[in-house]
Amino acid sequence: MEEFKLLIVILLSAVFVDNYVLCRFLGICPFLGVSKKFDQASGMGIAVTVVMLLATAVTWPIQHFVLNTLNMGYLQNIVFILIIATLVQILEMLLKKLSPSLYKGLGVYLPLITTNCAVLGVTINNIIDGYSFIESMASTLGCGLGFLLAMVLFSGLRSRINEANIPTPFRGLAVTLIAASFISLAFMGFGGIVENIFG
Amino acid sequence: MNRKSSLSVLTNGILKENPTLVLILGTCPTLATTTTVTGALGMGLAALVVLLCSNIFISLLRRIIPETMRIPCYIVIIAGFVTIVKMLVQAFFPGLYETLGVYLDLITVNCIILGRAEMFAGKNTVVSSALDGIGMGLGFTLALGAMATIREVFGAASFAGIAIPFMEEYKIAFLAKAPGGLLVYGLLIALVYAATHGKAPAKTSFSCSSCPNACICNKNEPCTEKGAEN
Repeated sequence: MEEFKLLIVILLSAVFVDNYVLCRFLGICPFLGVSKKFDQASGMGIAVTVVMLLATAVTWPIQHFVLNTLNMGYLQNIVFILIIATLVQILEMLLKKLSPSLYKGLGVYLPLITTNCAVLGVTINNIIDGYSFIESMASTLGCGLGFLLAMVLFSGLRSRINEANIPTPFRGLAVTLIAASFISLAFMGFGGIVENIFG
Repeated sequence: MNRKSSLSVLTNGILKENPTLVLILGTCPTLATTTTVTGALGMGLAALVVLLCSNIFISLLRRIIPETMRIPCYIVIIAGFVTIVKMLVQAFFPGLYETLGVYLDLITVNCIILGRAEMFAGKNTVVSSALDGIGMGLGFTLALGAMATIREVFGAASFAGIAIPFMEEYKIAFLAKAPGGLLVYGLLIALVYAATHGKAPAKTSFSCSSCPNACICNKNEPCTEKGAEN
């Protein structure tokens, strides 16, 4: 039971308190780039979550059973980025073959994910934080869901911004960043809540 | 190459195509490491070293790397240099290593570096690629330094770790936290736009197609070389 509570805390704190996009600034490019419409934002969010989970499921055993055993921890960076790039490529091919309709929805976002720093970030952070395999998967799921939540929330805000009359220098990226700052401020309110959730 | 054009390659990255404030690349480290001036300059210089080395290497190998396999090759070269820089920082600047943490690893996926490899180093001579790397790296470092100065002075009432006593009463703590980064970055971009009277290309649309790496992701679109070569 204690273990289960720990997993819930890890999951929730990754979604709300340490939100990858709004508090740790990982994956800002897709957050700003593909958040214009709700369906695009949710598609990208789901694709990132799936790739994150797969990447963690592969990189964690490799780090602990291959790199650490062979004392080659310094290769972490090169190995992880290659694994992520390969995974994305394989996933794209599989989806294309097995489920063309799903590929139509998610496929366009897949190539963008290779250079998404949230994916590399989550795999490396899991190792740094010293999580076990199950804890790593929980934290990864939380990060993915947090990314999805931020994308979806922000896509709603973006459609409002598009309607507004904004002073010229602020048009485009400037006002978007300032709006993101306010969402981030709202997320700061979650700080300290999750740790005490089980009293 | 004559003298003037090599100078313009060098200054291009600092002013006209500043990667952070004009091209809007590498937003993640920009927002994350600018809470302190020391961290920001360390990040900027680490990225500069990686950018310089990877630009030189990729430019040297540009005739050997096959066209279809170029992106994985570039990523491996970049990841290799990131590992070297990370180990050097860990050995000689342990304090900075603690501050930067995972963001040092994430230089690998910093789109400035892959973007310059794709747009410039893969097509130009070694000397001009090296100059481009230095220029872009300096532009990145200066922009990060400016942003960190604002955030640290107004948010934490100190500069590079040295306390500024008279600012203590007026500090705005949230500038040094996560939302402050987004806010200051947004304001700086608007300021650059206003100061250049709109000459800096305003990014009104920044869907993936406006990202210089779009050609990597979207295989149908050819890569365009922007400005740097003329």
